[in-house]
Amino acid sequence: MPTVSVKRDLLFQALGRTYTDEEFDELCFEFGLELDEITSEKEIISKEQGNVKAAGASDVVLYKIDVPANRYDLLCLEGLVRGLQVFKERIKAPVYKRVMPDGKIQKLIITEETAKIRPFAVAAVLRNIKFTKDRYDSFIELQEKLHQNICRKRALVAIGTHDLDTLSGPFTYTAKRPSDIKFKPLNKTKEYTACELMNIYKTDNHLKHYLHIIENKPLYPVIYDSNGVVLSMPPIINGDHSRITVNTRNIFIECTGTDFTKAKIVLDIIVTMFSEYCENQFTVEAAEVVFPNGKSHTFPELAYRKEMVRADLINKKVGIRETPENLAKLLTRMYLKSEVIGDGNQIEIEIPPTRADIIHACDIVEDAAIAYGYNNIQMTLPKTYTIANQFPLNKLTELLRHDMAAAGFTEALTFALCSQEDIADKLGVDISATKAVHISNPKTAEFQVARTTLLPGLLKTIAANRKMPLPLKLFEISDIVIKDSNTDVGAKNYRHLCAVYYNKNPGFEIIHGLLDRIMQLLDVLPGEDKGGYVIKASEGPAFFPGRCAEIFARGQSVGKLGVLHPDVITKFELTMPCSSLEINIGPFL
Amino acid sequence: MADGPVAELLLRRLEASDGGLDSAELAAELGMEHQAVVGAVKSLQALGEVIEAELRSTKRWELTAEGEEIAREGSHEARVFRSIPPEGLAQSELMRLPSGKVGFSKAMSNKWIRVDKSAADGPRVFRVVDSMEDEVQRRLQLVRGGQAEKLGEKERSELRKRKLLAEVILKTYWVSKGSAFSTSISKQETELSPEMISSGSWRDRPFKPYNFLAHGVLPDSGHLHPLLKVRSQFRQIFLEMGFTEMPTDNFIESSFWNFDALFQPQQHPARDQHDTFFLRDPAEALQLPMDYVQRVKRTHSQGGYGSQGYKYNWKLDEARKNLLRTHTTSASARALYRLAQKKPFTPVKYFSIDRVFRNETLDATHLAEFHQIEGVVADHGLTLGHLMGVLREFFTKLGITQLRFKPAYNPYTEPSMEVFSYHQGLKKWVEVGNSGVFRPEMLLPMGLPENVSVIAWGLSLERPTMIKYGINNIRELVGHKVNLQMVYDSPLCRLDAEPRPPPTQEAA
Repeated sequence: MPTVSVKRDLLFQALGRTYTDEEFDELCFEFGLELDEITSEKEIISKEQGNVKAAGASDVVLYKIDVPANRYDLLCLEGLVRGLQVFKERIKAPVYKRVMPDGKIQKLIITEETAKIRPFAVAAVLRNIKFTKDRYDSFIELQEKLHQNICRKRALVAIGTHDLDTLSGPFTYTAKRPSDIKFKPLNKTKEYTACELMNIYKTDNHLKHYLHIIENKPLYPVIYDSNGVVLSMPPIINGDHSRITVNTRNIFIECTGTDFTKAKIVLDIIVTMFSEYCENQFTVEAAEVVFPNGKSHTFPELAYRKEMVRADLINKKVGIRETPENLAKLLTRMYLKSEVIGDGNQIEIEIPPTRADIIHACDIVEDAAIAYGYNNIQMTLPKTYTIANQFPLNKLTELLRHDMAAAGFTEALTFALCSQEDIADKLGVDISATKAVHISNPKTAEFQVARTTLLPGLLKTIAANRKMPLPLKLFEISDIVIKDSNTDVGAKNYRHLCAVYYNKNPGFEIIHGLLDRIMQLLDVLPGEDKGGYVIKASEGPAFFPGRCAEIFARGQSVGKLGVLHPDVITKFELTMPCSSLEINIGPFL
Repeated sequence: MADGPVAELLLRRLEASDGGLDSAELAAELGMEHQAVVGAVKSLQALGEVIEAELRSTKRWELTAEGEEIAREGSHEARVFRSIPPEGLAQSELMRLPSGKVGFSKAMSNKWIRVDKSAADGPRVFRVVDSMEDEVQRRLQLVRGGQAEKLGEKERSELRKRKLLAEVILKTYWVSKGSAFSTSISKQETELSPEMISSGSWRDRPFKPYNFLAHGVLPDSGHLHPLLKVRSQFRQIFLEMGFTEMPTDNFIESSFWNFDALFQPQQHPARDQHDTFFLRDPAEALQLPMDYVQRVKRTHSQGGYGSQGYKYNWKLDEARKNLLRTHTTSASARALYRLAQKKPFTPVKYFSIDRVFRNETLDATHLAEFHQIEGVVADHGLTLGHLMGVLREFFTKLGITQLRFKPAYNPYTEPSMEVFSYHQGLKKWVEVGNSGVFRPEMLLPMGLPENVSVIAWGLSLERPTMIKYGINNIRELVGHKVNLQMVYDSPLCRLDAEPRPPPTQEAA
């Protein structure tokens, strides 16, 4: 969930009233926000870097507010205030308008070279804007929030904002070899080639995270004005030439990306949020984008869409009984201008360009419920009549667990993920023989594979509990995973039961006795006849030679028991003899 | 029969004495260690009223090792005096004597000796008096003879300052006859035996009293893991509420069932390498239900079923990618898909509790794997009010009655609600679960009828367990590093019972 940090006093000033922290927290909760933290710049720095560094920092109170991940319109102070003011019916939702310029329309021409790397671009102009320091900061911060969220760390969309008065259109969005791109980037004093820049930014704590998006591509995206001035090299950095300042009056905004829909949403969000500060409030000057196929489109779209929802559908989905008029009023409070039309049961809802999250009637139903107040909804029990069944494998597991404990063994709970070493090397088995599934992106060796046996987990549990009095008797009944091309995903879980006995003597007879007890519990008789069970001398790298037997039951091999090999004991950092038993309980269902 | 020879002796002496006797004196008389007598006193005491023993502490003066030496061989000054012949002794030579330094200055101040500094070969020491009385030796001998009281307070303290004398406290017992005194006491029986029962001798035997303050011996037993005890309780609650358990025995899942089927777009951050464990082998799912896949694809990329869709280029390759399921909702999706294939539709209530996996940054409350609890109800005409009603019943069974609901965002539920409960210990509202109504974009492509709603909620098994039992670090609860003592000691899980007051620290 994105967190937006706003200055409390600035927020209250914009809201036209003050709140206590508790009151504001309550308001957030009701609206689906969360007042996550009340802090200040000073407090943040002091927490992260100590009091000394925090000495000069501002102690203006900051509210950190958690915003739902799909509400891009609430990612800045301007949007939060507008949303809350409409919710509280203090203002009407503004209408955003796209206007044609008096003079020539700004043009962005996309060349076909961009196709392979970052094919889409949209643009717009904010004319006669008036920034203050706070507004400017909010403008920059919104771009950052969008980059981190809907833009997927600039991979899907990257935003560039420029001082239009320093540039001259038409603009060209193209892709070039990195060695052929040379410009003075933001916050640098001289020109660099793109190759040089990529090197420099490797050590830049902020920018290094975006380099991978284009790093290994033959061509890099770049935007020029008609004089060859570089506006930006998306998604990495803007040019210094067109940088915006608090004094900038006319802003050219370009969004490039690989996801056209999201690029359009991002542009809509920026211009709807900040056109508030334009001379003609809430109007945005159009820009024309010419695609490689020659077709041109005008942006921003600022599309208003009409949806029709029946009032009784809303009532039925939420579980309330409101009149259509009331429902329309509730929706209007959620920034969705609504009115009752037709037979008096139809509600027509206008979805503004700020609410890209509304894609289905169910989204409208939710907003009606929020405005009604979740906690005002009457709770009722559904009349759904059902008979409960347990999943047979879990039912058997539950029964066996209790009797394993009754037999004196203690239940362990170990991880399903582990290292290759745990299931292979330490047990004297080659990893290829385990048929284990392998994880492609483990952060550490602990998460290389899914376990193929429960034994390593139990041995590690003993290793962590060597100070406990002997004997240690442990068991676990849980799933292991084996590759299996007969399943739809190519892997299958097996429910295993594993038990270990760790003492000054190997105690094979105890583990053997436990097997007899388990078979007794499962009503499997000794002997090979009639699906009984028998153990037969066997061998395995994990077991001491001559001290291992395979368990056959219900006509199939279900596992092994034996005294562990001293090498296995040593590799798990244990010192005492140990015997173990591991069976698949699936065949006993 | 008496309890050892010393006890027997003690009882005989006590019988002969009038009034009582002192343990230290008895030890001196018998010529044995005082401790042996004390042991006998204690063993007799344990028999009940045979003797009475009163603990007394007496102060006594004893000689130090140096004091003993002086009592034996005379004070340093006396030894210096005696070592000087009539013709005198060179001072340097005198100082080399064992008692030289201390003895010299004392003998000087006693005016027993003098120094002639004008002697030709350096200072020379001569006797001043012909004989002297060694008072120090005499006094110490008095103390040694147990007559310390004959010395004055001042004399004693002077000897103590010279570290020749020390005051020790001696603990002794004053032993007298008890109400059940007898020299022929029999030993008390500790336990009832089969022989006593058959012979009836238990009637005549005294039995040693039990110490009820001592701890019992814990039974030699196995133990269930506390988190899995909580899991059993949650299963029980669902079963009581008529919910059927879904199969969840597939840790490996395709992206399709884990994300796409839930209408979670392919660029969603949860599908990032940073959040999800993908598989290298087997990297891709072998089979997908292709008809259904087509409907899902269309819904994502173009919309449909009343939806705008996400309008992006949906890729089958992305859906095929295998992963470790990030939630059990993938199993719910499979169960709902199977349900949708059965005609006519029958209402269901489903639940599951099983492991899920996240490639997250690990901390005190987050592990790469945890258990997810999930409940699902599918029926005609279910409302948000129904969801809240079911949640209220469910949480009441957990002992949580104060609930409130916060609007939230979930990719596959709309409306969505976070469930908060008021935590008395923490004095604040804490999130206890997430819930919602599954989106039509998820249900309709499966083939479920349009008027069927599916309400669902989920929570982790670990978090309520940690809050309930006041555990702050998840590693103390799950994994191979847990302390088995914690497993041995963990109480029954009774979710609706008041927990004992948590330890001082707050749960995170």
